[in-house]
Amino acid sequence: MAAKDSTEIEIDLLLEAIYQKYGYDFRQYSDAHIKRRIMNRMVLAGYNTVSEMQFQLLHNKSFANELLNDLSITVTEMFRDPGFYRSVREKIVPILKTYPFIKIWHAGCSTGEEVYSMAILLTEEGLMERTTIYATDFNQRALDEAKQGIFSNNLIKEYTSNYQVSGGRSSFSDYYTADENMAIIGQNLKKNIVWANHNLVTDSVFAEVHMILCRNVLIYFKRELQNKVHQMFYESLINGGVLCLGSKEGMYFSELKDVYQELDRKQKIFKKKY
Amino acid sequence: MGYGAIVIGVSSGGLKALGEILPSLPQNYPIPIVIVQHLSPRSDGYWIESMDKICKLFVKEADEKEKIERGNIYMAPANYHLLVEQDRTFSLSTDAKVNFARPSIDVLFESAAEVYGKELIGLILTGSNSDGALGLKKIKEEGGLTIVQDPETAESSSMPAHAISTSSVDHILPLEGIQKLLIRLGERD
Repeated sequence: MAAKDSTEIEIDLLLEAIYQKYGYDFRQYSDAHIKRRIMNRMVLAGYNTVSEMQFQLLHNKSFANELLNDLSITVTEMFRDPGFYRSVREKIVPILKTYPFIKIWHAGCSTGEEVYSMAILLTEEGLMERTTIYATDFNQRALDEAKQGIFSNNLIKEYTSNYQVSGGRSSFSDYYTADENMAIIGQNLKKNIVWANHNLVTDSVFAEVHMILCRNVLIYFKRELQNKVHQMFYESLINGGVLCLGSKEGMYFSELKDVYQELDRKQKIFKKKY
Repeated sequence: MGYGAIVIGVSSGGLKALGEILPSLPQNYPIPIVIVQHLSPRSDGYWIESMDKICKLFVKEADEKEKIERGNIYMAPANYHLLVEQDRTFSLSTDAKVNFARPSIDVLFESAAEVYGKELIGLILTGSNSDGALGLKKIKEEGGLTIVQDPETAESSSMPAHAISTSSVDHILPLEGIQKLLIRLGERD
């Protein structure tokens, strides 16, 4: 094996320390992504080496929190990839309608924008009353934000456009109350959402569900970890249940690709075979 | 010494510039090419198919975890950052925009420079922002070869001009010169 350079050794040690001290396991995340996030923090915090951050990580709680937050990507939006939500309406809703009650697991929900998008869609399809959405993330800060359901007013224009392109049947403004700065998601959309801390890397099967959404989370994992999480999703889904990945995430390298049928190739929607 | 990859960053005016360079590369071209073209986040990839039709090399969107291989031209997908891993596969990320862009040229260039070192060729073409300048600097620092389109000849001069003012660049050329240089660099392999 070729000698690793010092920075790579330091990053390995930093990830080991995060795991041992704080229980978050980033050791099987893709290297280029992790390195970029860590180097960003190093420059922002004014350190010259990753080793200097190691000391801060172990002895300075607020620095550790900053770094942990850096390693969790919270970029999201309402009705992200509108074509995906259009496909949910056309291809998944008819399947969900056949169940007397519906359980959906949204894994890696971040600050919740996509969870509320799904709640809006299911409300319009008359399904939200009999649905429970389990929305989980390992980032407690993001989950707390998600529960609030508050977003900045300057995003409304973009969200409204996404909603319309996704095939929304009403007016997006029906779903929030806004003042000059903020918009708050309506209380009735939140009724059947259960927020919970769950870590895909270190925790196990969450519940038996009819549908799993895990969009743009697995891209950060190395192949072996992707396979492990795919196994967990497979065990969680009922036969005929639906798995939704991010638009650039395939099952190409998963050992489980043959146990799913493609419902929508472009939007990466898969149905567990009976 | 053989080159392992060429990375190209291009923004406004890019489709025309790429359309002049890429179709001239021969079918047996030995260096894989990876491109970040700034696009609307909702771009559907149709332009990739169009580019594939006029090129002798296979033009495709870069897939997550895909191995980077010669004979191919890879395009970053709209709305995702594209990174290169040590095992010469691709990673995607929905991380925040960098320089107001996702995909960002700097993100691709910096991660590719870490992997390929002096085996990398970096090329900045037309564009009306400053993305790519820091990435090209990094390629130069790691010993790679850097090329920038002559700003005088670029549809938008800003991106090439920023790249030139940020680091010392090996070649500043019009599109025709870039095309000839890339073919020559390929022949040495």
